[in-house]
Amino acid sequence: METRPKALLVDDDPDLLEVYRETFAALPSQPEIHTAPSGARAIAMLEAVPYRLLVTDLKMPKMDGLQLLSIVRRKFPELRTVVLTSMVDEQFRSRVYALGVDLYWHKPGTEPEMKQFMECLESLLGRESEPGFRGMQSKSLVDLVQLECISQSSSMLRVTNGPFIGSIWVNDGELIDAETEAARGEEAFQEILSWRTGNFEFLPPEPGRARTIFKSYNALLLETAQAFDEAGNTDNSANAMPGQAAGGDTNGLTTLSQHDGVEFVLRITAETKVDSRGLENPERLASWTRQSLERFRTLGEALQAGTLEQVTGLGGRRNVALAQKGHVALCVGWRQTFGAGEIRDRMRKILTLWGS
Amino acid sequence: MGLLSFFSKPARPLLQLHSGSFSLDRGGSVLATTLPSSFPPELIVEIGRCVVETFQAAHAAQLPLDELGVYYPGLTITARELRGGALVFLTTSTSSVSTHKLKTSDL
Repeated sequence: METRPKALLVDDDPDLLEVYRETFAALPSQPEIHTAPSGARAIAMLEAVPYRLLVTDLKMPKMDGLQLLSIVRRKFPELRTVVLTSMVDEQFRSRVYALGVDLYWHKPGTEPEMKQFMECLESLLGRESEPGFRGMQSKSLVDLVQLECISQSSSMLRVTNGPFIGSIWVNDGELIDAETEAARGEEAFQEILSWRTGNFEFLPPEPGRARTIFKSYNALLLETAQAFDEAGNTDNSANAMPGQAAGGDTNGLTTLSQHDGVEFVLRITAETKVDSRGLENPERLASWTRQSLERFRTLGEALQAGTLEQVTGLGGRRNVALAQKGHVALCVGWRQTFGAGEIRDRMRKILTLWGS
Repeated sequence: MGLLSFFSKPARPLLQLHSGSFSLDRGGSVLATTLPSSFPPELIVEIGRCVVETFQAAHAAQLPLDELGVYYPGLTITARELRGGALVFLTTSTSSVSTHKLKTSDL
């Protein structure tokens, strides 16, 4: 078990590193501070020992901060990352946040700024990396719903999970309705509760909202938990797709191929095993998928533009979208009538489900 | 304050992304570009090489494509096939990202 959180500070200036070390060691969580004079050294240290927090400068020789962050976000997605820089440039700030960095901070010049920065660092060090909803770390949606019902509250809980949005209505402690893009009532409630991470916000209640859920919240939560337990018994793989059966990928691919607009699905595992639905001869397409994803992943690192999200291709015979999650590559064929924007949105939804 | 003055040091340039376009022939040579001269020419060539190779490999895999979209958090590359070459558009995603990520609730 980790006792003191570990923080890694990266800067090419040894004097600055020493200042960082002394300053950050005084944080209330008493982090174990390590330093690295270069991006390459930082990556080697991150590979050797798990860290909670990385603080890096942007301007460094050889591997700069953006390059370091591109690699770090891909290889260590759980690591909290902070950029501490003297650059006042909106584009760099946006790119840093686009990389998924937690905090971009202009190097503090006054004591109040320094104090504020230290408070932010302390907050990041204190966060657990367990699944949860931002705003109430390590609380599940079940906890949130129970809290609302037990306290006899009235509210609308809006939950977002990537491209998916769901809403749950509670009136006077009674669970009365739930809605997602595709479902309403109990089915929607169960779908929302299956999301492991995301954001939530409480909105004002809607007293006139029609009731579609008549079971007590306790009964519904129990049923949902049982459904998850049963699903968990048949799907323990981190890269499993929805509906994927234990020990085999057959059902997962079939489920994906049944999404609206999907014409075929092709999946390539780390061992270059190829599974597909709707394709007669998938080998050539699998090879193109692998090479294209690798090509554009490498290009993304050279451009410091962040982790490759997806590649779409439109052609006279087929429309496709490619994406990679962990060591698994996915190529999905989409209906010819879809444009690039629609394919991208639909692919994002499939990827979100795939990662849930 | 003497301690805090440590936090500044001379600037070194970082790669700045730009929106713009360029065209390539089938050999990957850049024919024309609207990207600023500060954007490294070797990166333009590298983007072009990736795009042209992907189109050509798709054709060889019996998946002829007219258009490619490559999406990164900070940049979108859109390319249209042009008689073996390509017309490539770069679009940075600066503004929309910054407003979302600066919400205090996300910190």
